[in-house]
Amino acid sequence: MSTRRLLIAACGFWLVLWLPPARSALESDMALHMALQMPLLIVLGVLLAAAARHDEPRWLASADWLGIPGIVAVVLGTSFWMLPLALDQAIADFRFDLVKFLTLPILVGMPLGLSWRRMPPLGRAFIWANFIPKLGAVGGLYLGAPTRLCAYYRIDQQELAGWTLIAVAIALGITWFIAAFIGWTPSCAQQASRHSAEGAGRQRAFGGASAA
Amino acid sequence: MTRSFPVLLALVLATGIAALSFETDGFRVVTSAGARQLSVERAPQIVPNAGLIDQDGTPFTLGAYRGRAVLVDFIYTRCPTICGVLGDDFAHVLQAIAPRQSGAPVDLLSISFDPTDGRQALRLYGERFGAKAPCWRIAAPADAQTRAALLRSFGVVVIPDGMGGFTHNDAVYVIDARGRLARILDRDAPGQLVSAALKVAAP
Repeated sequence: MSTRRLLIAACGFWLVLWLPPARSALESDMALHMALQMPLLIVLGVLLAAAARHDEPRWLASADWLGIPGIVAVVLGTSFWMLPLALDQAIADFRFDLVKFLTLPILVGMPLGLSWRRMPPLGRAFIWANFIPKLGAVGGLYLGAPTRLCAYYRIDQQELAGWTLIAVAIALGITWFIAAFIGWTPSCAQQASRHSAEGAGRQRAFGGASAA
Repeated sequence: MTRSFPVLLALVLATGIAALSFETDGFRVVTSAGARQLSVERAPQIVPNAGLIDQDGTPFTLGAYRGRAVLVDFIYTRCPTICGVLGDDFAHVLQAIAPRQSGAPVDLLSISFDPTDGRQALRLYGERFGAKAPCWRIAAPADAQTRAALLRSFGVVVIPDGMGGFTHNDAVYVIDARGRLARILDRDAPGQLVSAALKVAAP
């Protein structure tokens, strides 16, 4: 998709999420708010990053050494929007919600999209290995809390949100496990087949050389 | 690595940590109830002089309590769970403070946020716990506007519980003798309520 089309699609996507029907529906439930609306806003930023990658200023690319500042922004930003207090304020005040709608794509999603490619594989693994247990721990915290953490959500919604976060953590954990140990992701699979094809070609060449 | 790397990293860290610290009041609170509790403790807040009607049908205002401390809770009379516990707590407080002085310096006030709570419902709720006006009023706001203003100023959020009832804050709000919301107490130990009430009433 062209950069411009991607940009237009991202803006349209943002607007749909912001308009009252989708916004109030996704914020009426804690699990939808945390495990669907917020991730969608982050995905939006990742799309924006894909559109803007070629226009990224050179100074930003060099200042974001190994993607470290970018991924720190992602960690801090997601931590902020996991606070029960922040969820409450987003529901109570649309201006605060607008802050969420701007910071999640721009200060979390975009840095994620731009910095992820700059990170060394072990750095990516470190982030995954941190994020997955953290997600599960927050879920467990919601399940174990004797009282409501959000004024705008019932205790049963809080429990459902807890289970949802744990389920997402388990799903991510399994996916990542497969990717890390078996390498069965589309890009890796392609790389592997390309690699073996090249290897085979080289072998043939060597074989031909020795025969000659 | 360029020289701009540490600058960008420092900027990201400073902004992120400042935002987190601002939001959590210096990493002390993570819930809106906790934040409200802390802000009230730091700076007591004036509450509106709302008009209410008690279980005997007598109209009164919050301002009429000036000079006396009031413990306030928010209830609805059909509430099958938490409001009963709140009622028991207040009954316990009443028992504890009544013998200490003639005319206790602390009054109790249970405010119903349910528009369908009529005088009869308020009276029955009061009888369940031995509440008698004016020491312990079970009251409803005079009108919808007053109700909204009261809930807003006390920071009470009422949401439908999905079963025809409500889910709501279950804290006890302490108004001091100057008519200010001075403390928000967790509803757990009734003994704490008594000592906190006397402390606010005394100074």
